[in-house]
Amino acid sequence: MQKIKSKSGLLAIREEVQSRLNQWADPDSPLQAVQIKVGMATCGIASGAGEIMKFLQEETEHQAIDAVVSQTGCLGYCYAEPTVEVILPGKKPVVFGYVNKLKAQEIIDEYIKKGELIEPVLPVNFRTIDE
Amino acid sequence: MREEKKQLRIALRNCGFIDPEKIEEYIARDGYQALATCLTGRTPEEVIRSIKDSGLRGRGGGGFPTGLKWELTRKSEPDKKYVVCNADEGDPGAFMDRSILEGDPHSVIEAMAICGYCIGSDEGLVYIRAEYPLAIKRLKKAIDQAREAGLLGKDIFGTGFVFDINLRYGAGAFVCGEETALIHSMEGLRGEPTFKPPFPSVSGYMGKPTNVNNVETFANVPVIINKGAEWFSKTGTEKSKGTKVFALAGKINNVGLIEVPMGTTLREVIYEIGGGIKNNKAFKAVQTGGPSGGCLTKDFLDTPIDYENLIAAGSMMGSGGMIVMDEDDCMVSIAKFYLEFTLEESCGKCTPCRIGNKRLHEILDKITKGEGTLDDIKRLKELSAVIKDTSLCGLGQSSPNPVLSTIANFEDEYLAHVKEKKCPAGQCKDLLQYVIEEDKCTGCTLCFRNCPVGAITGEKRLPHFIDQALCIKCGVCYEKCKFDAIKLV
Repeated sequence: MQKIKSKSGLLAIREEVQSRLNQWADPDSPLQAVQIKVGMATCGIASGAGEIMKFLQEETEHQAIDAVVSQTGCLGYCYAEPTVEVILPGKKPVVFGYVNKLKAQEIIDEYIKKGELIEPVLPVNFRTIDE
Repeated sequence: MREEKKQLRIALRNCGFIDPEKIEEYIARDGYQALATCLTGRTPEEVIRSIKDSGLRGRGGGGFPTGLKWELTRKSEPDKKYVVCNADEGDPGAFMDRSILEGDPHSVIEAMAICGYCIGSDEGLVYIRAEYPLAIKRLKKAIDQAREAGLLGKDIFGTGFVFDINLRYGAGAFVCGEETALIHSMEGLRGEPTFKPPFPSVSGYMGKPTNVNNVETFANVPVIINKGAEWFSKTGTEKSKGTKVFALAGKINNVGLIEVPMGTTLREVIYEIGGGIKNNKAFKAVQTGGPSGGCLTKDFLDTPIDYENLIAAGSMMGSGGMIVMDEDDCMVSIAKFYLEFTLEESCGKCTPCRIGNKRLHEILDKITKGEGTLDDIKRLKELSAVIKDTSLCGLGQSSPNPVLSTIANFEDEYLAHVKEKKCPAGQCKDLLQYVIEEDKCTGCTLCFRNCPVGAITGEKRLPHFIDQALCIKCGVCYEKCKFDAIKLV
């Protein structure tokens, strides 16, 4: 990364990353992509998130799905680890819990490819600082 | 699904949303903007004023006003000063700081730099326990990225401000969460506390003024700068502003990491966010504040959570461990568990803590074995008072709290152990007996075949018996029996 020398330099990077994220999330953009985030804090990894992440990476690539698979920290749903958040272009984020390989396959086949929700979806029970 | 959103994520604003190993993702969510704002447009005094006005208090448990701490360290004269982040999280069942460091390490780095600017320091140190390898890895990576981006190092944002951060590893001693012990440990000395004053703000690491804040405290700082002190102080109670992160554990359905506005009640946390008690059992108590805290009964379920209310209720905020207990938990055993922990973790420097806690533990052990007397309960109370009054540091001063709060709230359970030699929750092995109900026993011999010590006798298809002298109370027969013929008395 280049050196950030001023506040405007910082804001430029912010704009750049935000616009990339917006394009991913925009169903009308040619650059749209499914964002898949795997909870990879100690708790998630202990319950097998590493394997799930690898599987999702391989499977989306294998099926040629435009997807960005990345790791995140803890969302707080310890009781339902591993957790996977999926953001389909133009849709609100959905967090799936208790994800094993079978469930991960289902997420790809049912939700990502057909847009059909599968259970269990974890409730968004928090407000953010922007609400 | 719940309608109302009880949680508010301020310290955890990025946890679970960004890739902690990518600085760009933090920047995209307004990261390092607070630092830029401070360095390029505000004097240290103005920033400290904001932190004071926000009402932010230490999230490690003490609840000391953060802005005031910064101001005190700023006022100290010497040229060299240090910013220390206390990541020595040690309460049983607590993982708030680990989650923040693993999920959003840059928020802590940014806040430490802001603190450095305010107090006049060019060096930050994170004291982190070596048992947190992933948090260390991500924090190191984040520091490297921040250096590469010029957000740590020399001439940050072209303002001439210099600040860098290094790590110091703790070996996992609980007492090292106490700030003077932490500083000694960083200096390479034994992790033992020393008497305050002098406070670290005057003489800390290497004898220089040092500002020590907890991970979660730091994680709140950038938001206060970005959104303003007034925005922050809108959330919370009169004296406790903002939110608190809790690690919700124990006999609860939704075990997890939560962040709620100060003033949320324990009932809302346990029943609405936590989804209630596991297996529809009855709620018995909730333990807050770790080994320094206390157990609260159902009478306190509607207490709004804040620093003062929890202390008034006989517990404390602590760093955020919250362990829920149900009807099957024995409160004497719980007190004994916490004492065992303190006993292991006491550094041994002062007598009340080293020997007093040992004696407390012995008495509790006696009670759970059915050998306690009424005098023992009295002695527990007296000895606890002495340990609280005379111990050197917070560890000893608070170590009898689990004993005192369980006696205050569950005296009947202590009395049952002492007078009737019974454990109402059925946990104290020495006070239990497994017996076979003759009319229910079919003589299937399953228990006989599974008993590891040969304590069960009986003929096929005839009721069996347990020889109490041989029984080691392992409970295997109880679990194996298909006819519910074995009961605990």
